[in-house]
Amino acid sequence: MSGGAALRTQVGQLALRSVLRTARQPAQIVPALVFPLFLLAVNTGGLDAATSIPGFPSDSYLAFALAVPFIQGGLFAVMNGGTDLARDIETGFLDRLALTPLSGIGLVVGQLAGVLAMGGLSAIFYTVVGLAAGAGLQAGPGGFLVLLALALTITLAFGALGVFAALRLGTGEAVQGLFPVLFVFLFLSSMSLPRNLIETDWFRTIATYNPVSYLIEGVRSLFITGWDAEALALAFGVAVAMSALFLAAASVSLRGRLVRT
Amino acid sequence: MSDAAIEAEALVKQFKKGPRAVDGIDLVVAAGEIYGFLGPNGAGKSTTVHMLTTLLPPTAGRARVAGHDVVKEGAAVRASIGAALQEAALDPYLTGREHMRLQTALHGLPKEERRRRGDALLERVGLSEAADRKVGGYSGGMKRRLDLGLALVHEPRILFLDEPTTGLDPQSRTSLWAEVERLARRDGVTVFLTTQYLEEADALAGRVGIIDNGRIVAEGTPSALKAEIGQPSVEAVPADPADRRRVEGVLERFAGDGDCPHSTEDSVAVRLAAGDAGLADVVRALDSEGIRVAHLQLHEPTLDDVFLDKTGRTLEGAGEEDGGGDVARPEAQPEAAPA
Repeated sequence: MSGGAALRTQVGQLALRSVLRTARQPAQIVPALVFPLFLLAVNTGGLDAATSIPGFPSDSYLAFALAVPFIQGGLFAVMNGGTDLARDIETGFLDRLALTPLSGIGLVVGQLAGVLAMGGLSAIFYTVVGLAAGAGLQAGPGGFLVLLALALTITLAFGALGVFAALRLGTGEAVQGLFPVLFVFLFLSSMSLPRNLIETDWFRTIATYNPVSYLIEGVRSLFITGWDAEALALAFGVAVAMSALFLAAASVSLRGRLVRT
Repeated sequence: MSDAAIEAEALVKQFKKGPRAVDGIDLVVAAGEIYGFLGPNGAGKSTTVHMLTTLLPPTAGRARVAGHDVVKEGAAVRASIGAALQEAALDPYLTGREHMRLQTALHGLPKEERRRRGDALLERVGLSEAADRKVGGYSGGMKRRLDLGLALVHEPRILFLDEPTTGLDPQSRTSLWAEVERLARRDGVTVFLTTQYLEEADALAGRVGIIDNGRIVAEGTPSALKAEIGQPSVEAVPADPADRRRVEGVLERFAGDGDCPHSTEDSVAVRLAAGDAGLADVVRALDSEGIRVAHLQLHEPTLDDVFLDKTGRTLEGAGEEDGGGDVARPEAQPEAAPA
């Protein structure tokens, strides 16, 4: 088997394992689907009056806030991808894999397949529920494909962070400890209000430097604006940059974790 | 170095925040041999296995497995070996068959061969009926058997088994022993087996290396090691505990040079200078002294006696003293600068 074919087989088999493992853990699937929509319902009920603020970009808070579950789904990707890999480290399954001719790339990419499958499923679910609840998708059917692509890129970024964290920290508990920290990033973003309407200076400054704001705004633009090239470019740019950064970090950590000679 | 299946020379593993887990061991394991690596928890067994299987770089020394250097030719070593490491490392959400599919694919078997080999191995380890059940529902013995089957998918010439029967019930243990024996005797696979069970080393291994505190303290065939210890011992339990001192006095007459009786709360034991033949004299002497004995037993030397002789501790007691496990995780204990 050639090197390329071997790598494809490795990635394919590990991806299949990752998808099967995710699909067989309802405890990973249900919270990732339900909790973000629960928070969406609470926020929409409580903050609907925000649409009457002059300059608010939408007359539907539901449509405005529908982008947030996509990012929360990403946070679950950190948890799920990271915890699964950490479990492999703790149980010695990674040693089993290390004794095969598996490449590091194959391991990382294969590991992310289940996370991406879950990310795609979540994105479809959030969109369907949002549209059923009355939100519109201003970018139309073509926008849905872009939305799916953006959701998968965001999931890849957060999933790579989970893989990096697992390889670096080595335990599922440590990976799960990241969840509240990442939630802080979410709350200190433009999740509840557009940045130009945040009146508290320090909050607006943090939200401006917080990459999560741009991810939310990219997804949000498809729901409430239509085709906003700048917002989409920024969202894809941030998601791709995060993916590259965390995949590189994961690759370095993998060398430390897989110390086979 | 020679054509041996496994060779190690002055192999050392030093951890920065830990002890010198392996302290200069020398090993030669011939092709087709079952080599038992016996020692208590924390003795350095698993660290040695991790170095020999290329999962942990040695701090010093050299080792060759299947003719390949474990540091410079790691990939070639891995292609030649199978390993079932401590604790069956399986995914509870996958079935036995799915494990086989993953393992055969990662080892690069052609697609048409994967299913055939996987099914054959599942049958060999007695898991055909359970092949489509998730591993999370397997018993400990089933997991160990699957672990063994997975280690064999690429038909390795050398097999490393790290405490393969720890925690198994006697029936599962016997079944695994039979399979390991078959592999060595019928298929000519070299087996490097670590264990903390005396009877396992005794039953399976052609030769045994006893490791304690990272050093091999004795090596040889089980019978040769036990013969080194010499004569059997006799243990007497007086019917009246008040007679214990008198029993000691009688048994002392039958002890070899430098030996003296060992007493516990209930019993007195001594190594017989005259061997088995001395037992009848012991009985006569106790009788002539009018001592009634509740229990009298002759003990042939065991590997535990060998361990006791070489380290001054029993194997079981040594494990309790050392505490903790034997597995050294590379990230948990980063390597110190090479010695």
